[in-house]
Amino acid sequence: MAALLDVKNLGISFGGLRAVNGFDISIEKEELYGLIGPNGAGKTTVFNLLTGVYKPDTGKVLLDGQDITGKKTIDISKAGIARTFQNIRLFQKLSVLDNVKAGLHNKHHYSTIEGILRLPNYRKVEREMDEQAMELLKVFNLDQEADLTAANLPYGKQRRLEIARALATEPKLLLLDEPAAGMNPNETGELMEMIRFVRKNFHMTILLIEHDMKLVSGICERLTVLNFGEVLAQGKTTDVLNNPQVITAYLGE
Amino acid sequence: MSFISYLINGLSLGSVYAIIALGYTMVYGIAKMLNFAHGDVIMIGAYTALISMTQLGVPVLPAILIAVVVCTVLGVVIERIAYKPLRNASSSLAVLITAIGVSYLLQNIALLVFGANTQTFPSVVKWSGLSLAGGQLKISGVTIVTIAACIVIMIVLTLFVQKSKPGQAMRAVSEDRGAAQLMGINVNGTIALTFAIGSALAAVAGVLLCSAYPSLDPYTGAMPGIKAFVAAVFGGIGSISGAFVGGILLGVIEILGRAYISSQMADALVFAVLIIVLLVKPTGILGKKIQEKV
Amino acid sequence: MTGKMKKLKNMKKTTKSNMITYGIVIVAFLVMQILISTGNISSLLQGLMVPLCIYIILAVSLNLVVGILGELSLGHAGFMCVGAFSSAFFSKCMKDVITVAPLRFFLALLIGIAVAAVFGIIIGIPVLRLKGDYLAIVTLAFGEIIKNLVNVMFIGVDSNGFHFSTKDVMSLNMEPDGTVIMNGPQGITGTPRDATFLIGVVLILITLFIVMNLINSRDGRAIMAIRDNRIAAESIGINVTKYKLMAFTVSAALAGGAGVLYAHNLSTLTANTNNFGYNMSISILVFVVLGGIGSIRGSIIAAVILTLLPEMLRGLNDYRMLIYAIVLIIMMLFNWAPKAIEWREKYLSFGKRKKEAVK
Repeated sequence: MAALLDVKNLGISFGGLRAVNGFDISIEKEELYGLIGPNGAGKTTVFNLLTGVYKPDTGKVLLDGQDITGKKTIDISKAGIARTFQNIRLFQKLSVLDNVKAGLHNKHHYSTIEGILRLPNYRKVEREMDEQAMELLKVFNLDQEADLTAANLPYGKQRRLEIARALATEPKLLLLDEPAAGMNPNETGELMEMIRFVRKNFHMTILLIEHDMKLVSGICERLTVLNFGEVLAQGKTTDVLNNPQVITAYLGE
Repeated sequence: MSFISYLINGLSLGSVYAIIALGYTMVYGIAKMLNFAHGDVIMIGAYTALISMTQLGVPVLPAILIAVVVCTVLGVVIERIAYKPLRNASSSLAVLITAIGVSYLLQNIALLVFGANTQTFPSVVKWSGLSLAGGQLKISGVTIVTIAACIVIMIVLTLFVQKSKPGQAMRAVSEDRGAAQLMGINVNGTIALTFAIGSALAAVAGVLLCSAYPSLDPYTGAMPGIKAFVAAVFGGIGSISGAFVGGILLGVIEILGRAYISSQMADALVFAVLIIVLLVKPTGILGKKIQEKV
Repeated sequence: MTGKMKKLKNMKKTTKSNMITYGIVIVAFLVMQILISTGNISSLLQGLMVPLCIYIILAVSLNLVVGILGELSLGHAGFMCVGAFSSAFFSKCMKDVITVAPLRFFLALLIGIAVAAVFGIIIGIPVLRLKGDYLAIVTLAFGEIIKNLVNVMFIGVDSNGFHFSTKDVMSLNMEPDGTVIMNGPQGITGTPRDATFLIGVVLILITLFIVMNLINSRDGRAIMAIRDNRIAAESIGINVTKYKLMAFTVSAALAGGAGVLYAHNLSTLTANTNNFGYNMSISILVFVVLGGIGSIRGSIIAAVILTLLPEMLRGLNDYRMLIYAIVLIIMMLFNWAPKAIEWREKYLSFGKRKKEAVK
């Protein structure tokens, strides 16, 4: 079976620094995959390479058989990769609902003229967008806050809203950058449930960066460990976490 | 011969731009803001010198000194009242719009205090200058003094920033404000000092500008101010040598454009330079690239 | 189901807010009309009505760039200039061909708007690659270039057709029967004065309709998403360049419309610093800032107050610009300084209203 995401020999340098080197990963459909490693190992850089924020110097990225290497961010979004950010990037002044509707941008169309003149198609499409957005908000238990300004959501809900917005683009692959950062154990537990739910109900393939080992060992099926920009270990979660090299990298000498 | 004379005029105007551009470039480098009011500080400096000389009868050098002191105080006060409260504002437009407000405020205060009439500015340089090539090429005293002043200021300022302790603090704040603070550098003090130096230079530039082009009204500073910002961007914002190179080049381009292309289109030409530079090499001739962090 | 109901309520909220804005404009117009027809208003104030309409259109259209797109444009008067001169040029040529004033004005309006929109695209494509301070200064530069260019344009027409020069009237080399249409710094004289208060108000309503409906649409959402976080907007597949350009062009086109109104309210049209230069751009910015960045209704109210107040309180007119400057500084400090925001939230209850979604 062909993998959904197939990455070979991905690499990039900033100035003299080789931030990511020879990075390989292969993720199956509907897999929950973890990318871990010490701070500064290059995990977010991998996300930025996959989503077109940076252009790789070397390597190839195949999404569902389609070559997306070096494409622009918006084309990669259209090809089917959505992401969240380590430092939350919401549309702060828009309502919670509009944040998700912005995510639906490329899934529902009407022309500018139809929008300005409020033609029937505008009303119809807007209604569809509202319904779909509300459904997504319900999954993340945010439907009560739909009219609130995003900036006024508590931290944990902002993280959830960001995932909802990413899902609104109907991606094939969802990248989550430290989704549990700053959450308390209760919130993290809830988040794990949600991630499992999303995988199951949306048939989603998920690649996540995380430091919370409880979350990683709890939901990820396979792991890749990154250290100094290179793959240190790769495989089934339990095997990787028991790998002595990985333990050394994390705990130091 | 006329080409050489235009070129020298261009160098002179460019020297004034360079001195003004220093104020922009230092403030931009250290406080990360476009001080739109900088040009109007020039105008206040010129008025101060003018009044000291004509109404108070102060000799030239003390009059310039008074203008320098007034502008320095003004620059620091503006920074403290209008810009400092907005230093951590969520929108970077906030401080820019405020700076535009300050620019407007200074112009309109000048309008009320000094009136809208254009005043003639007496030359501060009594020396009649040089006559070369058998009288075919005349270089006025003001021109020579302006170019010399610019070179001296550049050298002194470069030494100050490279060698002195406050100068090193400036460079540190400009690199990374947070880290500088952690290292125990007085960030607020350093930014205030930057405004003080920039404004003091603005006073000098004001006197030199009005000596070369002896008319003064409340809007005198606005256009040279904006053009000097263009010069700062042209040379690479944040760089002292960039301000020098950008200022000189812009002055020469403007004077040659005025002479050989069209006098009405000279300003448009200067702005076209800005647009081309920003589109082709936004970091300017001597600037460095900054990468956005995701 | 609850979601649907909720959204319906929400829809009504923005629609209601828009209706109030239209209502304010219409009621204000009717009140002024009654005052004018009963002779309760000085001719000075009456003469201010069309300029007031112009300022409102400019403020609302600038707010689309500053408040909704989140970029500072200091060259808005340049687009107004383009709209004014292109439409005045048309009207002067057609003065004797099309004698029905409303039709002629309507065509002039279309031309002014179209030309300004084209300039918006031409200038927007390079400018919108920049951001923040650089974008502001480059728009200022373009505005000044436009003003400069208009001042060196000489255009005349005779039996052989159009003549063009950038020097003076003599170098047009026209036949004796030729007339000068555009006379460099002297501009265009003899434009038919077709603009009226009613036309001005209709144009305000059209401007509001376009801007408010654009904001509350898929495109508007994309524009505001870019304002709030460009990187996130790209990550969900929003075409940043396209939507920035859309906001910028619509704004330019509407400013062009204001320019058409301006040109047809005066018999002599010239381009100088106060009407089409940097000073005008700043005045409009003051309206936008005072009314609240991003608030369309606020822009209208601020334009009215800042235009009428100095005229009504005699003697205040000399201080008009000074007041603008002080208003600008105080409003910015009050609204944006972190300490002021803290203070407001602590002591003033109306700070809470901010928590509602900004539409």
